[in-house]
Amino acid sequence: MALLEIKNLHVKVDGKQILNGLNLTVEKGQVAAIMGPNGSGKSTLAHVLAGKSDYEVTEGTVLLNGEDLLALSPDERAAKGMFLAFQYPIEIPGVATMTFLRTALNAQRKKRGEEELSPPEFNRRVFDMAKKLEIDRDMLRRGVNVGFSGGEKKRNEILQMALLEPKLCVLDETDSGLDIDALKVVSDGVNRLRSPERSFVVITHYQRLLDYIVPDVVHVLSRGRIVRTGGKELALELEAQGYAQYQDEMAS
Amino acid sequence: MNAEIRPIRTAAETALSVANATAKGKLPGAAAARESAFKRFETAGLPHRRVEEWKYTDLRALMRDAKPLAPPPDAAAKARAKNAGAALAAVEGRRIVLVDGTFVPELSELAGLEAGLTIRSMAQALASGDAAVTGRLGRVVPTDDVAVALNTAFMGDGVVIEVAAGAALTRPLHLVFFNAGGSPAAVFTRSLAVIGKGARAMLIESHEGAAGSDYQVNTALEIAVADEAHVDHIKITGEGAGSLHVSSLMAAIGAQARFNEFLFTTSAAVVRNQLFVHFKGEGTVAGIRGATMLNGKQHVDTTLVADHTAGACISREVFKTVLDGESRGVFHGKIIVQQGAQKTDAKMSAHALLLSEEAEADSKPELEIFADDVQCGHGATTGALDEDLLFYLKARGIPAKEAEALMIQAFVGEAVDGIEHAGLRDTLIEHVAAWLKTRS
Repeated sequence: MALLEIKNLHVKVDGKQILNGLNLTVEKGQVAAIMGPNGSGKSTLAHVLAGKSDYEVTEGTVLLNGEDLLALSPDERAAKGMFLAFQYPIEIPGVATMTFLRTALNAQRKKRGEEELSPPEFNRRVFDMAKKLEIDRDMLRRGVNVGFSGGEKKRNEILQMALLEPKLCVLDETDSGLDIDALKVVSDGVNRLRSPERSFVVITHYQRLLDYIVPDVVHVLSRGRIVRTGGKELALELEAQGYAQYQDEMAS
Repeated sequence: MNAEIRPIRTAAETALSVANATAKGKLPGAAAARESAFKRFETAGLPHRRVEEWKYTDLRALMRDAKPLAPPPDAAAKARAKNAGAALAAVEGRRIVLVDGTFVPELSELAGLEAGLTIRSMAQALASGDAAVTGRLGRVVPTDDVAVALNTAFMGDGVVIEVAAGAALTRPLHLVFFNAGGSPAAVFTRSLAVIGKGARAMLIESHEGAAGSDYQVNTALEIAVADEAHVDHIKITGEGAGSLHVSSLMAAIGAQARFNEFLFTTSAAVVRNQLFVHFKGEGTVAGIRGATMLNGKQHVDTTLVADHTAGACISREVFKTVLDGESRGVFHGKIIVQQGAQKTDAKMSAHALLLSEEAEADSKPELEIFADDVQCGHGATTGALDEDLLFYLKARGIPAKEAEALMIQAFVGEAVDGIEHAGLRDTLIEHVAAWLKTRS
């Protein structure tokens, strides 16, 4: 069964059409990579799924588990299992990471009618996950992402993902700004979360990330639509040949 | 006399003159000081928008009338004061209670004072002509400010606190100013704290009053901090919603001292908090901070003059204002570095967070520097909550209202975190959370 079903999605940003009738289905448990040139609409897709307000959906539908995702506010989407790992995680001075994580987790649990986690249980979970992601406790006491390096911010995104246990994880260029060691740590974190119940949309410009997070399917996005779909070998082909042919296809 | 060229006297100004004539001889002591202070008021009138220091807080317009002087509290008023200041119970301070401007020993904890600490009534000190008090009154940081002049002219009671050299108070002193809210009244309190060399004291003022009552407060505190003393002064203003509250702090700080000031303001219809801080000894470190949270049609003004006469002092000023509804927040901060005050290091920042389209924040930071080897700076910002930050929080499942609350707490937290006393800091963080809960 499809976890995510996007049909004929049209999106405008600042009056400019970015997504032009995008169709995409992601099966439960599937890891789908979305590759494409700069400006093809990759990040727009990620933000529209998460519910950012300045993205205007002019046409189309998005169903998550058969439910209309576009009708929900960002926090409701999160509670339904939507998670976006941001390309540029934001710094929030004054909001301690632990407070942020606890508030987020408990808000989601509350919305789903679940009990809040007890503080010791919450701490245990966070510290366990942080350890695996090589995030030290001192960082968790600081403001969210404040003073974190680029790699630390990305690891913090994966920590949030692990803690919140979403059904659909959208990774927006998670590899950008990561050196090879950090890339391994982040990829291992993602791979640990792979399960038959959880799907991933891995958005990337480069094939490199897909060596570590091996996709079930690769989609090519160009000018706001999926123009080609293939297996993981498609990523290698793109790496070798570049995106030029897809841009030409569209232009012709 | 230049009475002719002044605009027509307002009802409040006229009422103050009548009150002055009526009160003559009935207020405790200091007759000469009262008379010259009242003359200062008569000459200047109530401060208005063409007086630079009061530009954004036109007291002449905001103060529609002058209430009669509050009578001494009766048994019923004292009974209502029983739980005043309870919101600060976690601080475990020594409660000193004033009801309608009158010091009430039987409600105050005066037994077992620490060695070197004395606490007494200002009214009694004035009436008896106590030279230790009258000799300092109005002289700790001299000012010709009209609100201070009115306070001097009408001061009724207050407390005189003395901490002997070397004494370290183990508990904070908590001055509870409670307005019982009988009939509409004006309260003029004047207090003096003299902190000896190397002494350690924490002074908390909390001002509260009945929600529905109509009253006016003019309160003033002079603090003389001797060399090497360490003083924390925290003022929490949570007056009744209909009240007008004008407050003046005059603090003179000696050498090698530490001075921490914090203003926390959430309530009263109109508040003017003025701070006159004089750095008169070298090597002192001071933090002057504040957080103000407003809604409805509240008007709150924080006016600071930090005057560095002595060099090598470090001062940090951080003020945060959160404005909702149609409220108006004013920050007027001036750092003066006098010619001899080399190596002064002063940084002032004022930040306002607007939560509604109708709220207004006015910031006027000023530096007046006459020395050439100093580090001084100021920064002021006014803005709304950052949409990108809010989206990040919402995308993690935090509902909009809660996300805003987290960000507002973080905004105010930068100032509140400067409070050293953990119990008080936690209490104020709870105050912030309580204020956030009242947001619709």
